[in-house]
Amino acid sequence: MLEFDDIQHIVLTRVPAITGRYEFLSFREPAQGRLWLAGIIEKVESAQAAAARMEAQNRWVSVAFTWTGLRALGLSEASLASFPEEFRQGMPARWQVLGDTGANHPDKWIGGFSGPKLHAIAILFARNATERQRSTQEHQAYLARTPGVTVLSSLDLDAIPPFDSARDHFGYRDRLSQPEIEGTGIEPTPGSGRPIKAGEFILGYPDEDGPPVGLPEPDILSRNGTYMAYRRLQEHVYAFREFLRANGDTPEEQEWVAAKLMGRWRSGAPLALAPDKDDPALAADPQRNNDFTYAKSDPYGYATPLGSHIRRMNPRDTAVNMQRRRMIRRGATYGPPLAEGAPEDGIDRGVAAFVLCASLVRQFEFAQNVWINDPNFHELGNERDPIIGAQDGTFDLTIPKRPVRRKIRGLPAFTTVKSGAYFFLPGIGALRYLATLS
Amino acid sequence: MSQDQFGESTRRAFLGTAAVATAATAVTLAASPTAETALAAAAVSEAPGTGSPPANQIKVAQLAATSNQPIKPEPTTGDWTKPAAMAIPKEGYFKLEQGRYGPIYPRTPANYGFTIIAKIKPGREQAIREYGKTIEKAVGETPDVLAPLRLHYLRWVIFDVGSGPHFMYQGIFDTDFDKYLEDAVALFLKTGITTVFVNLEGWPDDWKTNLPAVIQFFRDHQRPSFLEYGEYPYVTADEVKKALRVKGALSAMLDQMQ
Repeated sequence: MLEFDDIQHIVLTRVPAITGRYEFLSFREPAQGRLWLAGIIEKVESAQAAAARMEAQNRWVSVAFTWTGLRALGLSEASLASFPEEFRQGMPARWQVLGDTGANHPDKWIGGFSGPKLHAIAILFARNATERQRSTQEHQAYLARTPGVTVLSSLDLDAIPPFDSARDHFGYRDRLSQPEIEGTGIEPTPGSGRPIKAGEFILGYPDEDGPPVGLPEPDILSRNGTYMAYRRLQEHVYAFREFLRANGDTPEEQEWVAAKLMGRWRSGAPLALAPDKDDPALAADPQRNNDFTYAKSDPYGYATPLGSHIRRMNPRDTAVNMQRRRMIRRGATYGPPLAEGAPEDGIDRGVAAFVLCASLVRQFEFAQNVWINDPNFHELGNERDPIIGAQDGTFDLTIPKRPVRRKIRGLPAFTTVKSGAYFFLPGIGALRYLATLS
Repeated sequence: MSQDQFGESTRRAFLGTAAVATAATAVTLAASPTAETALAAAAVSEAPGTGSPPANQIKVAQLAATSNQPIKPEPTTGDWTKPAAMAIPKEGYFKLEQGRYGPIYPRTPANYGFTIIAKIKPGREQAIREYGKTIEKAVGETPDVLAPLRLHYLRWVIFDVGSGPHFMYQGIFDTDFDKYLEDAVALFLKTGITTVFVNLEGWPDDWKTNLPAVIQFFRDHQRPSFLEYGEYPYVTADEVKKALRVKGALSAMLDQMQ
């Protein structure tokens, strides 16, 4: 039985927020950090509380810590040592594993992410911009009481209008495929696979292999917690549109190229079910828009290219051990949209997202290392994820096509990692435990 | 792996790089961009008058030289008509590239592979030997049972050079071991290959539930090659099968045209 009253809501709930703000914090001394935490706990809703008050609520708060942040709160060395290696190292140290090279290297990250001073994140989601302003002001006023807690940087989030469905700055519809957790009572949409054991995402529960092992100690600290990889990805919208123009003579052909990069039309309709032209009705139907596999229907990638984004990030029936590789995604877009046809404006815009999982090395890092950045994934030889891979102009994209395939050489980078971190998102009881350390 | 160990292996890798890169250049078809970068890094780290620069200096040199360069894998394609050999440094790699669980071993003309050597527990030799038949049967019944390992060949050997029987598990395959470790371990569990390992010294008692310990066992007992050779280098098992299928289709076509 999942302890809904102890699991932070962000793990299980997608709140109806179209704006938000991330505040990245540093604790100068443990007592101040604990004081800040003690006062904010009452704002952090459990999954149960958030579900009960979803309609009435306009603002939501989540709190998580880096490994150096747990130390800065005064957690014992023995407890700190019980966390897994990759979390202790932190995301910047894992740059080789993650493929954060060139322009993506942690040396170039902004907002105070490359050093040990990043200790915590407060995620403030809000129903609209006015509510966000209230949240931000309240947090600022609250922080004034703990001068030993400083804001390293912050980031405002804004969904892209119209708000009928989640989209990124490139215009792709998002969030069509997501795993559901056993015990939540939520049925996965057709094609999304069977519900997954809670232990794949939340510490303290059986996972797909059996009882949980190697949990951080003490038990109160790890129970109902999860790891959370944060990635801020700048989206180069102008470069993306230029690329489409350069590789498609007509608007239809440009849409086709965009679809081949993603594996879905920008409407969200999957190429697996709509290989020749877009099908917005299919895209809008959750009973159909994720209901497909690859092994039998499209082994060579004539519909969905082997190297396309969605075929890498979820190879479905063309990979083994899939139940142990799933991840929960949360987050939002930031920056103003670039109007259609507008010239390059130099403004930073993109996606600032979280990947939640029980094992960063087995789930998040595997996806980065193998699915996204292994040039030889599916024996492609010289390709990386065309949307979020570490692209430097030397990798290709093969689009299988009859009679002959089309090969786009020297793919440009459409995204750049601007910052990132590994957080531990504790359960509510664990937050209280941390706040009362002595 | 602790931070200290990481620093140490970084250092070793770097001090060894210049000589090794040269050797690799001589033997393989062409020097890779990676080897050149590493060479530059080694040059940077050799400040005048420092016989052995401290590890932190070397780490800086490494970051400076590599942070702007995506890590390109070692040459993964070559001219299959031209046999190739590759001499590999003692560490098992040319330049330290951190994988999820440890250093990444390069692809060689003989593709990827590992050689796991471990001492057999007293009296367990026969149990391991008999397991050969179990694998034979499993593959006979389900030919694709080992497919996820992307193997070319497996060789299981028991030998005794005076210190008791040892087991060697040598595999040649087409994937970087670090990348698919969990998949391999999951398959070992499923097919019962792990019942061979329980007869080896050092195998963790809690292997059924402790994936990290199992992974550590493999890393601890891996013995990297110092020379690998391919008569038809860098060819994957899939490519071999594809070529044979094409050959088969071609002869069928020629038969049809009689």
